[in-house]
Amino acid sequence: MALAERPRPGVQPLWIERIPAAWWALALILLTMPAWANNFILFQVMGWTFILGMIALSLMFLAGYGGMVSLIQMSVAAMAGYMMAIFGNSGMGDISMGLPWWLYLPIAIVIAAIFGTIVGALAVRTEGIYTIMITLAIAAAFFYFTRQNYTIFNGYSGFNLVVPPELFGVDWRQPMPFYYLTLGCAVICYAVVVYVSRAPFGLALQGVRDNPRRMAALGFNVTAHRIAAYTFASVIAAIGGILLVWQNAQIAPGTAGIPAVIDILVIAVVGGISRPIGPFIGALIYVLLRTFSPDVLLAFGLSGERFKLLIGLGFLAVVFFSPDGVLGLWERWKSRRDRRRDPLTGADE
Amino acid sequence: MKKALIASVSMAALLVPAGAMAQDTVKFGILVALEGAFAEGGADGVRNVELAIEQAGGMAGGKTIEYVVAPTDTTPDTTVRQARKLIEQDGVDIILGPLSGSEGIAMRDYAKTIPEKTVINGISGALETTWVDPAENFFRFNLDGAQWGAGLGSYVVEEKGWTKVATVAADYSFGYTNFLGFAVDFCRSGGEIVERFWVPLGSSDFGGVIAALPDDVDAIYLGVGGTDAINFLNQYSQAGAETNLIGGTIMADQTVLTSRGRAKEALIGTPTSGALAEDNPDPAWQEYVKAYQDAFPEDERFPSPSLFGVGYYVAALAAIDALNEIDGDLSDGQEKFRAALADDPLDTPLGPVSLNENRQASGTVFINEVQEDGAGGLKNVMVGKAENVNQTLGMSMEDFRAMGLPSRDTPDCAALADAG
Repeated sequence: MALAERPRPGVQPLWIERIPAAWWALALILLTMPAWANNFILFQVMGWTFILGMIALSLMFLAGYGGMVSLIQMSVAAMAGYMMAIFGNSGMGDISMGLPWWLYLPIAIVIAAIFGTIVGALAVRTEGIYTIMITLAIAAAFFYFTRQNYTIFNGYSGFNLVVPPELFGVDWRQPMPFYYLTLGCAVICYAVVVYVSRAPFGLALQGVRDNPRRMAALGFNVTAHRIAAYTFASVIAAIGGILLVWQNAQIAPGTAGIPAVIDILVIAVVGGISRPIGPFIGALIYVLLRTFSPDVLLAFGLSGERFKLLIGLGFLAVVFFSPDGVLGLWERWKSRRDRRRDPLTGADE
Repeated sequence: MKKALIASVSMAALLVPAGAMAQDTVKFGILVALEGAFAEGGADGVRNVELAIEQAGGMAGGKTIEYVVAPTDTTPDTTVRQARKLIEQDGVDIILGPLSGSEGIAMRDYAKTIPEKTVINGISGALETTWVDPAENFFRFNLDGAQWGAGLGSYVVEEKGWTKVATVAADYSFGYTNFLGFAVDFCRSGGEIVERFWVPLGSSDFGGVIAALPDDVDAIYLGVGGTDAINFLNQYSQAGAETNLIGGTIMADQTVLTSRGRAKEALIGTPTSGALAEDNPDPAWQEYVKAYQDAFPEDERFPSPSLFGVGYYVAALAAIDALNEIDGDLSDGQEKFRAALADDPLDTPLGPVSLNENRQASGTVFINEVQEDGAGGLKNVMVGKAENVNQTLGMSMEDFRAMGLPSRDTPDCAALADAG
């Protein structure tokens, strides 16, 4: 696994000058999107992309910086969603407590973080495939528990009519406000992950990933770092989970069913887990395939019910041509371009 | 050859005016499960909508019918997502679907956000969908899970003379709802439920329940389906299989009847109730089955239409019928269309169906009995039917509401027996 960030040599210019032009273009596109995209694209395609991107980002943080592939992130997100439905408002009046938003949002995030931390504390004692197995087992247990527990989780049907509060006189479920809400949350989560990855904690975590024994010898508490990484990732997943429930206006056990849990892994892997932007790219690919593959099949005169085939082939193609996801493709292309430069002077040949 | 040429030319001549009116289309969105346990049934749903459109000549109310399929995986999340795509991206006028219970409840809530469009339920059967806070633009032309259980209770009391039963049913919403339909009818006919057992969905060990079943009952009601039912029957026959059985709606379906092993033989003579009877002698049903069999090659369909297929067929029929009535006028937020859907009874292959003020169907429930088919297998034979079963199972709205929503302890059998 490549190091996530490479230090750049030379004189450091002003931070604003260091932002590549591509980022400015991306920001411009994203900010002006409501002007030229329809409501469906805003709410459904982009909103969902940002939400899944955030949940996959939490997995990317654990896998890319911590070397821990956790399948619990979707369950943590669903836990936050459930807690919001239980402590806040929903169509199930006799379970939901109807607390105000400034109370139920922190409660939901904190409980989800605690849940993620406990799972993390169990999982960090294992390595590699065993981490995947233990988190998958807990995710499966969470799914079946929510499906059969009626007193807290309202079993099979879950909670409906869970909508965001009307803050500042804005209905946040309208396409444009919701688009900016998810965009804002996604940007903040992205920025925080980038910041943490360069902060002492993030660097220590990458050290733990590469050589835990040496880090322990240096005096770092390896287990504590890993568990803290789970806590941090859980908060990001929890924010994604809350937005997901607002988007669907409901939550049920299927939200965190095994297919959904695996989807998050697929998104992260397809996008690439070496950088925080990867999960968002993966999420966009996933959402586009998920949304439009039946139409593509029908356009070619094939039966729409085989749409999963197209999704599978799409993912297979990405993983086959680039085992490190779409980001890997990009990086290989860039390095090939760089190779054309003179390695000593940096001048183009 | 010449004939074909003439035919195609005259067809073209017929189609030209239709082509000129091509802007005048009505768009159906078929919201159907094509992933997961119900994928096969869902595909049958799509086939049946195609059949209904074909039978109508591809036209309704003078407009050409177009349709878009939106696949779901039976989770409410995906259902709402796909419904949104149908409305916002594909611009459909009418949604036909969904297929399963929790999807139905999610669609009821979603329907409230699209008051200008109309949703006609596919085959989802949760009671709450049209009972608790129903949506103005959500119509259901199939019976719900509780109605499917009705008629069976009085049948076993009157025809079989079984008045004391113990029940074993699946511990989730369909299990409760389907059981409620049976129990309301059974208790009001003077039956007594001695003990209720609830088993989790997908359990494989029924030993504890079987051992705890009381001996002095006339029959055992089984509200489980699929592999759970097969597992139960296996273990039950190993333990002696002495008592009569009564089946819930999903108990004696094709998965169980065609399963391997001798355990299913415990089912012989078991009455069940449900939305359809395969050997229904009603000409409307026979005609429909024939049309279905003729429309699709044998390897691309079921031997006869499935429950899911019939549900979607009836939904499409209802939409086409109402569109014809109003000459395809969908202006005014589909006001006229909804009025046309609601007003007169619809003739379906399952008999006439009428809607109540919650836009929920009242119709016929069929009582079937499992019998040997003479070739070593088992089949369902229709032994009776209950007509005009309404949403409240013949009770007044107040009484039905007072009874509470289906759960482990609802309905209270003794209270119903006193009232009845």
